[in-house]
Amino acid sequence: MNNIFADIQLAIPEIFVFSMACVILLVDRFTHERMPKASILLTQATLLIALYLNLVGTPAGGTIKAFNDMFVLDGMATLVKSMIFILTFVVIIYSHGYITERKMYRGEYFVLILIAVVGMMVMASASHFITIYIGLELLSLSLYTLVAMNRNSDLATEAAMKYFVLGALASGMLLYGMSIIYGATGSLDIESIRNAIQGMQSDDVMLMLGLVFIIVGIGFKLGVVPFHMWIPDIYQGAPTSVVLFIGTAPKIAAFAFVMRLLVDGFQALAVSWSEMLTIFAILSMAMGNIVAIAQTNLKRMLAYSTISHMGYFILGILSANPNGYSASLFYVIIYSFTTMAAFGLIIMMSRAGFEAEEISDYKGLNKRHPWFAFMVALVMFSMAGIPPTVGFFAKLSVIQALVDVDKYWLAVVAVLFAVIGAYYYLRVVKTLYFDKPESSEPISANIGMQFVLTINVFALLLIMPWIGVIMDICSEAISRMG
Amino acid sequence: MFEANQLSLAIWLPIVGAIAVLATGNDQRAGLARIVALLVSIVTFLVTIPLYTAFDKASGDLQFIEHMPWISALNINYSLGIDGIALLLILLTSFITIIVVISAWQVIREKVAQYMAAFLIMEGLMIGVFSATDAILFYVFWEAMLIPMFLIIGIWGGPNRIYATIKFFLYTLLGSLLMLVALVYLYFKSNGSFALADLYTVKLGLTEQIWLFMAFFMAFAVKIPMFPVHTWLPDAHVEAPTGGSVVLAAIMLKMGAYGFIRFNLPITPDASHTLSGFIIVLSLIAIVYIAMVALAQSDMKKLIAYSSISHMGFVTLGLFVFNKMAFEGAVIQMISHGFISGAMFLCVGVLYDRMHTRKMSDYGGVANTMPKFAAFMMLFAMANAGLPGTSGFVGEFLVIVGVFQVNAWYAIIAGTTLILGAAYTLWMYKRVIFGAVSNDNVKALKDINSREGLFLLILTLTVLIMGLWPAPFLDTIHSSVDKVLALSSVTKL
Repeated sequence: MNNIFADIQLAIPEIFVFSMACVILLVDRFTHERMPKASILLTQATLLIALYLNLVGTPAGGTIKAFNDMFVLDGMATLVKSMIFILTFVVIIYSHGYITERKMYRGEYFVLILIAVVGMMVMASASHFITIYIGLELLSLSLYTLVAMNRNSDLATEAAMKYFVLGALASGMLLYGMSIIYGATGSLDIESIRNAIQGMQSDDVMLMLGLVFIIVGIGFKLGVVPFHMWIPDIYQGAPTSVVLFIGTAPKIAAFAFVMRLLVDGFQALAVSWSEMLTIFAILSMAMGNIVAIAQTNLKRMLAYSTISHMGYFILGILSANPNGYSASLFYVIIYSFTTMAAFGLIIMMSRAGFEAEEISDYKGLNKRHPWFAFMVALVMFSMAGIPPTVGFFAKLSVIQALVDVDKYWLAVVAVLFAVIGAYYYLRVVKTLYFDKPESSEPISANIGMQFVLTINVFALLLIMPWIGVIMDICSEAISRMG
Repeated sequence: MFEANQLSLAIWLPIVGAIAVLATGNDQRAGLARIVALLVSIVTFLVTIPLYTAFDKASGDLQFIEHMPWISALNINYSLGIDGIALLLILLTSFITIIVVISAWQVIREKVAQYMAAFLIMEGLMIGVFSATDAILFYVFWEAMLIPMFLIIGIWGGPNRIYATIKFFLYTLLGSLLMLVALVYLYFKSNGSFALADLYTVKLGLTEQIWLFMAFFMAFAVKIPMFPVHTWLPDAHVEAPTGGSVVLAAIMLKMGAYGFIRFNLPITPDASHTLSGFIIVLSLIAIVYIAMVALAQSDMKKLIAYSSISHMGFVTLGLFVFNKMAFEGAVIQMISHGFISGAMFLCVGVLYDRMHTRKMSDYGGVANTMPKFAAFMMLFAMANAGLPGTSGFVGEFLVIVGVFQVNAWYAIIAGTTLILGAAYTLWMYKRVIFGAVSNDNVKALKDINSREGLFLLILTLTVLIMGLWPAPFLDTIHSSVDKVLALSSVTKL
């Protein structure tokens, strides 16, 4: 208890973001009519200040624990949180026009996003089952509400309901697994669990049972096959600006979540969970890539593409060594920024009363607006992992992680599904460039958003010379993990 | 600075130039886009010429070396360097691009800037492929090329272009991704290096080598294309616009063979020897069987596409008999086929622009209305058939003589193509050019204009010079071929 102030100092970014969420909730009551921009500006400022606090508050090296070992600050936590702030910041820029036009511009929108951010931060810094769970629920509950934000839309309500029910089920699984592990090891603290497991038989039935439930919970949260059912409905039904959020920052938080649970906690059982994840990975890559071919709705197609990308993403983790973890981290960061651009473009193509959701809405875009068409094409090529876009380096990094641990056949399976995946991305490019335009509606998006989006998209290409720096940051972050 | 970064300049100049071309905007300023594109392609060609003049032909080592760290986490470097073989291919690339730009001058009317830019980007990427000495850098250039080609076929292609371009893309992507896995495997084998020079020295067991060989083979055989993975090529060629066909036939096909020279032979020498019989059989099938398939075509572009596959069979045959003369013949054949197939596709393009059909039955008696054109095409048809005095002869002759030293039967089978090749080329020529004027459309044909005359004349001169005096080409590659053959004869077991 004597070092409570030292503890609090480490959690300043979390405390700050959470306080600001409360402040914005209050402030919005008074400024909603007169100064509607106040909430969004405050949110943006909060995220930037939090980013700053996070970076300056990072311990110079090694791992620091606080709050009776429930909270941990290390290289990975810092990097993951920074990415979450940056991604959320961009999400808010992209959503602004969208939510204003659709009368969803309310203070709660930003408050919920900020609370979700706090949840993700807690997940990234958790070193105790209770903290992990609190972080996860903070995030999930905010997301359920965000999905239902457009309460006049049946699709959105249905999506939110599905999300809630399945999400609750997944949380239940996770909790159940945690309780079994508690029974087996007598602790909820991740480090103690790790030490306890090392002294146990690796095929202990209790441990295995607990691990399976935890893996199922993780599978649900990541949305990998066979626990993926909620993803397509959410992606299609939820407002695009919310999908934009769900599809980006929480994916990075999910990485931290998996790392804390599996790597920090169950390193000794790596052989077992690596096998389970292998099944997830293969099924996700297969299912995601094949089913995506049949989609006509772009958001739904991207949902299946997300499922397949989650399959690729866990390829690195299942290699179960630091090289693999940093490959996965790199993959998920690249993936998040690519997805950001993809949904950003959907938002830009949409306007009040018209959602540019169907792939056919993009017919002949090259004739109407070559610049946007080029950007969509670039995003698609990046998702397909075709060089010289960054998507290729993401794939390269997970493939090298697999080959590093002699999983050649898995690497070959991964590239075969990448070829299948390339087909539906190409189909979008085909629609953009080879088809005749059907509509001649002008595309109106505010200049600020176009500007940020252009930077976002071209970063996918022009970051190339510095791509090594990002990889270094990732491996640095992983090497400084607890 | 200029001296040291000659290769980078040749790679990035056309790419930056492409952005300039795109910046000219929409079709209202198409004229400007054409001029900028032409200037960029000419300047790039001029930039590649000093590569030849300053090249030390006596040395088979890499020259114009550039090296910059790129991705330290995976030890990937931006390293470039060329030997004689790459040098010739780079010159071919920059030369053909000029021809492509000129050939599209009046023909392409829609999205001119995008068309020109796509070809300039291709040019930069192709030069990148030929000069990369880091495996991943090579791979990046290699794959990136798919994107502009995909768009070129898909936007400016014929009626069935979408099927053709997606087939093209997926076929090549599948092959390349397996190569990627092989490269990553080698990375760990060589203790973390993607530098080709390191991959050449890494020790590998025979089984490993065979797997790696097959992975590379998938990537390169699709590109060449070898029998039986050639089926994308006729589709892609038929649907591609003339410029696309020219680049495809003249340069992209050579990349597969170049890949064999850079990867299969030196990295997996034992597997190359073990599997050479397999490759030789596939090559002979391509040479003979595909030539017969060509005989049966009614579409001119398809015929030339099949003829390309047959001619590329000579290249793979020459590479895998491990005989210096055959090897040099293969390289010369690559360059010469670049000129000849490009010229043939341009000839078909000239006719297609006027008649909008590629069916031979729609033509007949073109010589009556287009005498100048008929003369040019005669020469290219003869070159395609391997007439002595044209460049087509040199390569095929060297390959056959070289192969003869190894195994007379191979040479005899390969030799039949001189008959078959002459048969399908001349038969096509006869049906299209000779005879009485077959219909009113042919009667209304106008002979080639000065723009068309210009590029056909340039190609004629090249084909003749290379046929009559191949020494400068051969001198350039002697030492490089020795080096590759030396690498491929050292066992790695």
